Parts: sequence; structure tokens; C-alpha cells
Amino acid sequence: MSVTDRSRLSLMFRRVLLLLLLVLAGGLAYAVLSLPDQAVGLSDRVRASMETSGVSNPVTAVLLNFRGYDTLLEMAVLLVALLGVWSLGAAAAHRTVDPESVLLSLVGVLVPMMLLMAGYLLWVGAAAPGGAFQAGSVLAAAGILLLLTCKRPPVRLLGWPLRLVLVLGLGAFVAVGVTLMSANGAFLQYPNSLAGGLILFIEAAATLSIGVTLAALFLGGWPDLDV
Amino acid sequence: MNSILLYALAGVGLFTLGLYALIVHAHLLRKILAINVMGSGVFLVLVALGGRSPGASPDPVPHAMVITGIVVAISATALALALMLRVQAKTGRPRLPEERLE
Repeated sequence: MSVTDRSRLSLMFRRVLLLLLLVLAGGLAYAVLSLPDQAVGLSDRVRASMETSGVSNPVTAVLLNFRGYDTLLEMAVLLVALLGVWSLGAAAAHRTVDPESVLLSLVGVLVPMMLLMAGYLLWVGAAAPGGAFQAGSVLAAAGILLLLTCKRPPVRLLGWPLRLVLVLGLGAFVAVGVTLMSANGAFLQYPNSLAGGLILFIEAAATLSIGVTLAALFLGGWPDLDV
Repeated sequence: MNSILLYALAGVGLFTLGLYALIVHAHLLRKILAINVMGSGVFLVLVALGGRSPGASPDPVPHAMVITGIVVAISATALALALMLRVQAKTGRPRLPEERLE
């Protein structure tokens, strides 16, 4: 097949593909347009059980209480993704470039603010938009900023302390679930009086784990102790 | 047309755009970005449709699902990027090898 034949074929392929995708987009748009204007969904049921959830932000109530299983398994997905990345090999050896003083002073201002922000988001999640994932991602951003300025955690923290923090979120979640199961027979069924405290405890552990896991994913491999 | 439908249709558009890029480009980084664009389209549709509930506050369940989805998408993207770097290191090219089985 000559080059012109191939490019003509590729052009035709793209046109056919474009046509097919336009049909798909039309079908999806029709599906969206044919939905009713108003739908109650599950918002009434959520509102009805807000009293028993232990928090006043409905999204947090759904995430940590009504659909706790989703969030539990999501923590597991994060951990499995990190194990997958680590199984591919060690992180590339880091270059020891001295960062410029502007970057260093900016990091010195930003990182404490981000830590404060993460704590605030974690706390405010009970009543307003915020929560473990938002706080965890701010924490991860602080960690990535430190990694970008060639700041590495001391080697003695990269062994079991790192692994402990990584499994802390999932571990706390499972521990609470199993404890409740032995107490009242249902996994992750919080008693009303304890729900708020238990959610904050799980979220605090999850925030730490999410932040450290995302920063570790950014490294792209397991941290090599020999470097 | 109200704003909810506008957002939902924009989500459909993003999804289709991402699907096109996913099929057309061979470079793995572009494929990973395309999958993320598709995912953003799905999230946009979910959040927009959550706003259809009567009353002041939107349906919290789709919002919680989107938060879950974002975290899963980040993990999958990180794993995909690590795999892409391995492919690049092994074959020298950031694309899937097209070996003919003969």
C-alpha cells in the first residue's frame, strides 16, 4: 500500500469515526433531553435520615454514613493503585538541584498554610462542603510541592512508618466497621450518639492516608531506600 | 433550555470529544488525557442531573458519587502513567507496540 493510499484510508477512517461519534453524541443528548425536568432522586430519603447521620452536610452524610461501603472500597482502590505503581519498580533517582530562593521562600509560606487549610477542610466537612477527600488532596498538593523542591522525607520514615500511614485510613475504617459489627451486628452501622465522632475519626485517618498516598503516587515508584 | 440541560449536554460533548481523541491518537499520554476528559464529561452530567431535585439544595447522592469517581479516576490515571513510563522504557516509544503475529 502506498503512502497516499494509506493517508486516504486514514482520512476516510476518521470521517466514518466522526460520523459514528456524532450519532453517539446525538443519542446521548436525546437521552439527557428526554429526562424529566424535575426528579426527586434520593434527596428526600437523605433529608429524612439526616437527623441520624451525625453530620449536617448531606454530601458527607452520604459518603461516610449512608454509602460508607463506597468510601471504604474507594480507600482500597487508592491503596491498590499505589501497590500497582510500586510493583512496577523504584522511583527514578531524584536529581539534587538546588531550588531557587524564591521557590524555597514560597514553599515556606505555602506549605504551613496548606496544612492549616487541610485541617480546616476536614473539620468543616461535617457542616459545609469539605471533608476527607478535599483535605487529603490539599495535603497531597503540599507533599508534591515539597517533593518538587527536592525535599525528601528522611530515610528512616520510608520503611514501616510510611506503610503505616498508607493503610491508616482503610485500617481505621475497617476497624470501626468490625467493632460496630461485633457490638450491634451490622457492618458500619453507627449508633446515633457516636456517629459524628466516628465519622470525624475515620475522616481524619482517611485524610492522612489520602494525602500521603497521592503524594506517593506522584513519585511514580516505590521510594528507594538505597538512594 | 435551562442551565441544567446546558451543563449535561456539555458533559455529553466532552465525553464524545474524549472518545474521539482516545481512538484517533496512538500516543499513550494522549489516550490517558482523553480518558480523563471522558470522565470529566460523565462527572459533569452526574452533577448537572443532581440539580434537578425540587427544593433549594441539589441531590447529594450524585455529588458523593462524583467525589468517589474523581478519586478512582486519579488512582487509575497515576497507575496508567506509571505503566506508560514502563512501556516507554522498554520499547523506546510511548505507544503500544503493533506487532504482527506471523
